[in-house]
Order: sequence, then structure tokens, then C-alpha cells
Amino acid sequence: MDKNSSHRLKRRWLKVAHFIGLFLAMLVICLPGLWIVLSSLRPTVEIMAKPPVWIPRDISLDAYRAMFGGAGQGGIPVWEYFRNSLIISITSTIIALIIGMAGGYAFARYKFKGKSGVFLGFMLTRAVPGIALSLPLFMIFARVGIIDTHFAMILIYVALNVPFTIWLIDGFFRQVPKDLAEAAQIDGCTRWQAFWQVEFPLAGPGIASAGIFAFLTSWNEYALASQITRSVNSKTLPVGLLDYTSEFTIDWRGMCALAVVMIIPALTLTFIIQKHLVSGLTFGAVKG
Amino acid sequence: MAPVTLKKLVKSYGNVDVVHGIDLEVKDREFIALVGPSGCGKSTTLRMIAGLEDISGGVVEIGGKPVNDLPPRARNISMVFQSYALYPHMTVRENMGFSLKIGKIAQAEIDTRVNEAAAILDLDKYMDRRPSQLSGGQRQRVAMGRAIVRKPDVFLFDEPLSNLDAKLRTQVRTEIKRLHARVQATMIYVTHDQVEAMTLSDRIVIMRDGHIEQVGTPEEVFKRPATRFVAGFIGSPPMNLNEATVDNGKLVFAGGQTLPLPAEFRSKVAAGDKVIFGLRPDDIYPTGHGISSGEATDVHEMELPVSITEPLGNETLLFITMAEREWVSRMLNPRPIGAGEVVKFSFDLSQAHLFSPETGKTLRG
Repeated sequence: MDKNSSHRLKRRWLKVAHFIGLFLAMLVICLPGLWIVLSSLRPTVEIMAKPPVWIPRDISLDAYRAMFGGAGQGGIPVWEYFRNSLIISITSTIIALIIGMAGGYAFARYKFKGKSGVFLGFMLTRAVPGIALSLPLFMIFARVGIIDTHFAMILIYVALNVPFTIWLIDGFFRQVPKDLAEAAQIDGCTRWQAFWQVEFPLAGPGIASAGIFAFLTSWNEYALASQITRSVNSKTLPVGLLDYTSEFTIDWRGMCALAVVMIIPALTLTFIIQKHLVSGLTFGAVKG
Repeated sequence: MAPVTLKKLVKSYGNVDVVHGIDLEVKDREFIALVGPSGCGKSTTLRMIAGLEDISGGVVEIGGKPVNDLPPRARNISMVFQSYALYPHMTVRENMGFSLKIGKIAQAEIDTRVNEAAAILDLDKYMDRRPSQLSGGQRQRVAMGRAIVRKPDVFLFDEPLSNLDAKLRTQVRTEIKRLHARVQATMIYVTHDQVEAMTLSDRIVIMRDGHIEQVGTPEEVFKRPATRFVAGFIGSPPMNLNEATVDNGKLVFAGGQTLPLPAEFRSKVAAGDKVIFGLRPDDIYPTGHGISSGEATDVHEMELPVSITEPLGNETLLFITMAEREWVSRMLNPRPIGAGEVVKFSFDLSQAHLFSPETGKTLRG
């Protein structure tokens, strides 16, 4: 065999190995998700069967029907939970983004006293596990009388997200060359116009990704929500999941169905915005 | 129509002064180059004129009115940045029309002016492209187009050619010169490249360490440098500058070698004075291979060995060792010369300069 064809063969083998590796990795990532979707469609007997039943035999949408019909076991108010989750996540994301943009811009563009100290402080807040704060938060919120309100949850999630959005958005504004805002000012913009006309559109993809992260954090958060929310007034979807467990039984199918309902908006959102995340807009602004 | 005047202009960062009270008058429609090594304060000065940098002291006047407290947009200036600073999310057309759009000019007027500028700069074909789809030279032209469209009183250029390759640089340089002839506006051009400064400008401002060393026409700064720094900065290869002591109508160099004291300076120095002697490579040439630039009344001949040669085709640079220093000579219409060959050199002392070693100023007076 000549050198050429042996190399060609080797390359082909490597390619195959590459695909197998990728397939295994994807399997590990996707299987739990698939299993949830599958479990939401099968009767509990099949879910709990030992050994596991790999190929579903009996598929139905009963769990979803029951869930949205409000007539499932215990009549879980999924719509209310969904509404709460949306209100809390969207509002807290918007507020966190506004603060994050202002803060991130300040960190990226201005020099001020104690800048690195403040920045480090923000990062340190990320090191504190949220659950450690749940008890003091509960006590304070109870005193103030905002337990079980949207406001309380929004407050918590804004606080949780702001350091991260600032950090992320700071990075994106840093990538927008300073020259551009200066050129805009010479072209007749005020500082404010220069920001909105030039710097904001260019940092847009970054701000969008910060928004997604903030939204997902709020949407998925369980630990704090489980303490602060009490009733249908403010319970979010992750907390609502727990409604499927009762003293002696767990409705696995219903739980999985709700989990699917939770995943779908997050997934869709990420899908819509991901196009903007990967646009190399700043290229070509300066020498490149 | 706007002259630009700087009066005692100061820039300091904290306790550090980077521009030390400079005075400069740029006439209306004049092309002036600020040139100097990096860190000399030339870009800072330009940015103060533009309003991008706060003024720590002194006054900037544009069109006779102080503009210290006006924001950049109110100064009616245009600036071409070293990085071009094109808006990456806009097409060439939008980039060029941006200032007019912000100024709420009617769309029809914007279109006419943008198309006019595009025609001048030969950009018609690229109007709907984004900056990322353009080459460096094209981006440079778009940046100039954006500046023209505003019809500003003053154009500011901040090292606009330093990101271009050598060939393109010469080309765009010519374009800038043509542009100046065409738009008839005041232009202030910052560069560290003395060739750009010499070729483009009506007058050159040479800066060092936040001070102005000399202001003059290209010919003045080349022929009559006011300081030793200017002498060494302008001209390529740089002027030969070496220390010498005056002694009885002669200049004595290290190692005892001597040259006659140039006639022009005989009344300016006394025996025992230490001076810096400067002579351009053009004025040291193998006898018969140079053009003496003055009346050649003061030519001194000397035989010296050549240590290295650098042939450039139309000329050859010869490195010679004299007085324990290396001197550069420019040989026109060259013949092959080998290293170590002893050649008879003509020193055209009518073109010589003497500077004070303490102040660096010319002793011409």
C-alpha cells in the first residue's frame, strides 16, 4: 500500500471515530430530555417498570389534557403558574438588562475610584449560594409583608442576575471600539445618540445573550422560589412541579408533562435569538 | 472658512503634563501636519481640537471663536481616524450619510451629497457593502468620504495611513493632496511619518515631549532645522550629527580628525566651544557622485574607507567611519564600491549645521 492511500484510510477512520465520539456525547446530553418527553406520554406503570421498558407501548396525551384542563389529579393550576413564571421572569430580565447595560457600559468605558473593587464584589456575590440567603430573605420579606408576591420574586431575581449581566455586557461593550462613539460624536451625535445609534446596536447580540441568561436563571430557579412563594398568587412553574407529589404517590407522568411545558419556552427563546448571538458584527469596524 | 488657533494649550493627566502650553496658528485652508515621535502629544492636541479630549488649559479657537466648551458635534469638523472607525452595522452609503441624517437633512440632499463624495473617491461600486466587505484602502476612502460629506470647516486626520501597506499609502497620500486642492478646507494632519508630513503639508509642526520644536514649510524644516531634534527627525536617512570642538577655524572631532569651520558660523562660535555638527547624507558624497545643493563654495575633500554599502538602485548609501563614528553618505549615479575601499568624499560644508549641545538649538542665530 502506498503512503497516499494509507493516509487516506487513516483519515477515513479518524472521521468515523470522530462521528462515534460526537454521537455518544450527544446521547449523554439529549437522552434525559428525550426521556422526560417520552415519560410524559406513557402511563405510570410503564415509567416505573423494572427492568425499564425502552420502547413505549402505550402513548397518550392524557397528562397534557389533564394539565391544561385543570382537571388532573388535584387540579393543578398550571396556567396560573405559567403566568406567574412569565411575569416574574420577563420583568426581572428587563430590569436586570437595564441595570446591566448601564453598569456594563460604565465599567467598560469610564474610569472611577474603586472600579476593580466593585467589580470583584459583584463577582463574589455569584459565589454565595442562593439557598443560603433564603432564610434571612424569608424573614425580612415576611416582616415587610411581601411574601408570596410577584414583587418579591422579581426583586430576588434582579439581584441575582444583575452582577452577571453587568459582567457579560461589560465584555461586549469593551469589544465595541471607542473610536466608533467618538466618530459618531464628531458626525453630530450627542453622547446619548452615539450610544443608541452606534454602540447599542453593536453590543446588541451580547445584550441579547445576557438577556437569555437572565431569563433562564429566573425561569428555572427553584430553591428561593420554593421558600418565598406560597400559593397560586406567585408560585412559579418549577415550584409547581412539586404539586405532583402527594404524601404517598408521585404522578411521574404529570410531572414530566409539566417539565416539557417548562422547557419549551426556554428552548424556543434561545432558538430565536441564537441567530443574533453568532453575528460577528464588530468585524470591519477597525482594521481587520 | 476657518482658521484654527491654539493659545497656550495645555493637557495634563493628573500631575503629568503631556502638552505644555503650545501656540499655533493654522491659516484658513492651510494644510498643516503635526509630526513627531509617538508620545509627543500630537494626537492629544488633535483630539483637543476635535473636542474628544478635555482641555486642561489654554484656548482652542476655530473660525476665530473659542470652542473649548463646545462638544465635538458643534465644532463643524470632520475627523478621519487611524482605525477608520466606520460603523460596522451600516453600509457604505449609510456610513457616509450618517452625519447628515443625524443633522436632519432632507433625504434627497443626503443622496446628492453622498453620491458626489462617492464619485470623488471612486466608491460608487461599493455603496451597498458593509465595511467588513471592503479592503483596507477602500475603508480608508469611505472614512474620507464620510468626512467630506459633512462639508466641515476643518478636517482632522489622525494617522490615517498607518494601517495601509506601503504602495497603497503613497496612493492615498496623493488622493488626500488632491482632496485638499478640491475641497479647500483647513486640514490638520497628524502623523509620525516625516515623509507624509513633507509631501502633504503647507507647513509642518514638529513636536517633541508636548512642546513645539519648529513650525515651518517643508523646505524650511529641511534646510534650516531650528533644533538638533528637528535636524535628526526630518530627512531620511537622518542627518549625521556628531560632537565637535571649535578650535582656530576648525572643528575637531573625537580622535582628532578635523573639518574646516563652515564659513557661515565663523562669527557665531568661539574657540573652545563645544558644538553638534550636522551634515545630511546628501551633502557627503564620493567626489563626482553628488549634487552640491548650495553654491558649493565650501566643499572639503577627504579620503575615507567605506565600511558598508546599501545599494538602492538609483543611489547607494555608504557608511563611513570618521572620528570614531559612523557617517552616512548618499552616492548618486552609483558605481559599485566594495566594503573597505578607500574613496575620496566631498563634504559640502555650505550645507552644514551647528547646534548647541546644551539647548539643542541652532547656532545660526
